[in-house]
Amino acid sequence: MRTLQRLWANGAFQFGASVLALVLAMSVLAPVLGTVDPAVMDYNNINRTAGFEGTFTLVDGTELAHRFWLGTDNFGRDLYSRVIYGARVSLLVAACTAALALLLGSLIGMLAGYFRVADQLLMRVMDGLMAIPAILLAIALVAALGASIATVVVAIAIPEVPRVSRLVRSLVLTLREEPFVEAARALATPTPVILTRHILPNALAPLLVQGTFVAASAVLLEAILSFLGLGLPAEIPTWGNIMAEGRTQFSQYPGNVLYPALFLVPTVLAFNLLGDGLRDVLDPKFSKR
Amino acid sequence: MRMPTLEIRDLSVALPAGADRPHAVAHLSLSIRPGRTLCIVGESGSGKSVMATAVMGLLPKALRATAGEIWLEGESLLDAKPARLRALRGKSMGMVFQEPMTALNPVMTCGDQIDELLREHTPWSAAERKTEILRVLKRVHLKDPERIMRSYAHQLSGGQRQRIVIAMAVILKPALLICDEPTTALDVTTQKEILSLIAELQREQGSAVLFITHDMGVVADIADDVLVMHRGACVELGPRNEVLLHPQADYTRMLLDAVPSMTPPPPRVIAPGPARLRAESVDKTYVSRDWMGRAHLTPALQAASLELLGGETVGIVGESGSGKSTFARCLMRLIDPTGGAIHWADDEVATKSEAQLRPLRHRVQVVFQDPNRSLNPRRTVGQSLVEGAINFGASDAQAQALAEHLIERVRLPREALKRYPSQFSGGQRQRIAIARALACKPEVLVADEAVSALDVSVQAQILDLLRDIQQELGLGLLFITHDLRVAAQLCDRVIVMQHGRIVEQGPTQSLYANPTQTYTQHLLASAPGHAR
Repeated sequence: MRTLQRLWANGAFQFGASVLALVLAMSVLAPVLGTVDPAVMDYNNINRTAGFEGTFTLVDGTELAHRFWLGTDNFGRDLYSRVIYGARVSLLVAACTAALALLLGSLIGMLAGYFRVADQLLMRVMDGLMAIPAILLAIALVAALGASIATVVVAIAIPEVPRVSRLVRSLVLTLREEPFVEAARALATPTPVILTRHILPNALAPLLVQGTFVAASAVLLEAILSFLGLGLPAEIPTWGNIMAEGRTQFSQYPGNVLYPALFLVPTVLAFNLLGDGLRDVLDPKFSKR
Repeated sequence: MRMPTLEIRDLSVALPAGADRPHAVAHLSLSIRPGRTLCIVGESGSGKSVMATAVMGLLPKALRATAGEIWLEGESLLDAKPARLRALRGKSMGMVFQEPMTALNPVMTCGDQIDELLREHTPWSAAERKTEILRVLKRVHLKDPERIMRSYAHQLSGGQRQRIVIAMAVILKPALLICDEPTTALDVTTQKEILSLIAELQREQGSAVLFITHDMGVVADIADDVLVMHRGACVELGPRNEVLLHPQADYTRMLLDAVPSMTPPPPRVIAPGPARLRAESVDKTYVSRDWMGRAHLTPALQAASLELLGGETVGIVGESGSGKSTFARCLMRLIDPTGGAIHWADDEVATKSEAQLRPLRHRVQVVFQDPNRSLNPRRTVGQSLVEGAINFGASDAQAQALAEHLIERVRLPREALKRYPSQFSGGQRQRIAIARALACKPEVLVADEAVSALDVSVQAQILDLLRDIQQELGLGLLFITHDLRVAAQLCDRVIVMQHGRIVEQGPTQSLYANPTQTYTQHLLASAPGHAR
């Protein structure tokens, strides 16, 4: 309880959490925020300017009075709806990637940190993975597996695993020497229980911080993959693929690139600030200042 | 009578709101004349270090002097500007801290660090500075000062490092020398040398010394005057012999009574029986390999043997690096011995695998030194206490009942089970650690420096508790300590270790009265306050 209060007193955390809560609320409430189906193309409304008021024709022919807050793209899709719905994919990818990278990274890190034999093998594989540029690895994985949310998440998470596992390994190396871990060994606590009950919970704070940074880079990486045409197909709007499609007529209609960017940048910033705030409060080295 | 070097009048330092008391230091007055040593004694949290940092002008931001005056040679320190304080530090007041490793910059040679100080405070040329540095290094009895000048802190021993810190503190012949627990992190033999060095430099330079310590033995060795602090206030102030021999305040009397005596009590009769723990010539050698794969052997423990009966207390004493902890950890099979045999009751365990050991682990339990780290901070006391019993097949209800019984046995309330370790003091946490060890119904309890991190009054309570529990359960107690006083009071037999070998062993009384080995004699003579 006191930790939460201290977190809230931290400016960076407060800003990051507020922005993310706003983006999350926006994505969850997308259907009631005056949006239309983001995938529907209305050929009567191609390249509308921002703020245009008119009617929007759905697939079944029904016409809706609609205000195009951010205009439309060159296929007549409502940009405002696409950006709002795009937040869903970005947040989902961020959360899933962070969870997956932390899960795999912690598992590998704990094995490497606690068992000498596993250490050599696992960490050399991790070193190898780290030598491959993250974006190249992600491109290769998406190309091999095909584009879907699950494959994008895996493709973004895998390059993050070595970083997380190195962090966890170093934490485990310190924690395994702690007297309470030795006492647990003397109490005949089985090794898997020692790892999950005594070591992992005490490594959680730095892991959480690392998780927010993974999430921030996942949002960016997903956008980059989509921008390169390797992300999700256009009927699932993401900030990355909206920008990718807007790129072709950037000079006439810069809004198609700028509007999603206006959402993308604060979200990534918010994740990073959230992480900074968490680190300042949870890391004893920083919290004393 | 000359003007005092340091005079503090009615000093109060406020703690931030929400602390356990309003003032870290409350209405404290003292004065030290040139050439005198004032010892400030108190338990942890008594405000003695806060007082010293206030004098140095180094109070942390959260703390503020709210009232009073501090005068150093007629200059008011509380009114001084930061730049003036910086000039005074080093030149008019020298400081020696507890941990010499952190007081020295690890990426600068020791010579450069002293040189930096001289460049800041003197107009001397490089050659003059070098001569002066060599002179002071020789003065603090460092052999080969040329080499020491070029050394980094990590290349030196703890005692050498503390000598460098002292050299830095005294090189400008300050009028006041502030020593904050300067020997607490050192071995007793080194402590003795450092204390006599400080006394010697003081005589030579005529400085006033403000010496902070928690150790009454150290006080007896070096103080002229003693100030006893408790919860930020002065409890008693007076000449050494007055305070130590005829204490007026109850608190001082309690502190003095809690210091264990160097004279062992008359021996107890131990009922003969089978050994609960037996070790025969146990070795532990660490192997490190260089880049060519050549092995370098570091023997940490050589041919150590031991036998411990039920109800008996055996002490292992020695300085840091003597191998006493390595021996204990081998005996508990927390590390694998390189050679030798270890028996827990009748079972040979030296070569057993972790899985084979697990069913036997309840026989030997352990209490560690650091109360802050010996309990998992993320688990409640209750969860920590039931763990062992459940591992050995007790049901949740049985384990819970046992935990409730044990927490009361170590004299803590039952509600303690629902709380987290951070909500307890160091002594209380040590009680919890003892209860956790007892939950497995052990035959042997290993206490690895279990009372070394505690204040004397708390230490006495924990020792009483250990004695009681041993008597009640007939436990074999293996007590590892660097504190010869504690060993004298608690142990039936004492084993003295040095450089990974057992130097001498025997019944406590005869070993303390007639040590046969030179090292043991030296060790016993170095115990602070031994002279009186």
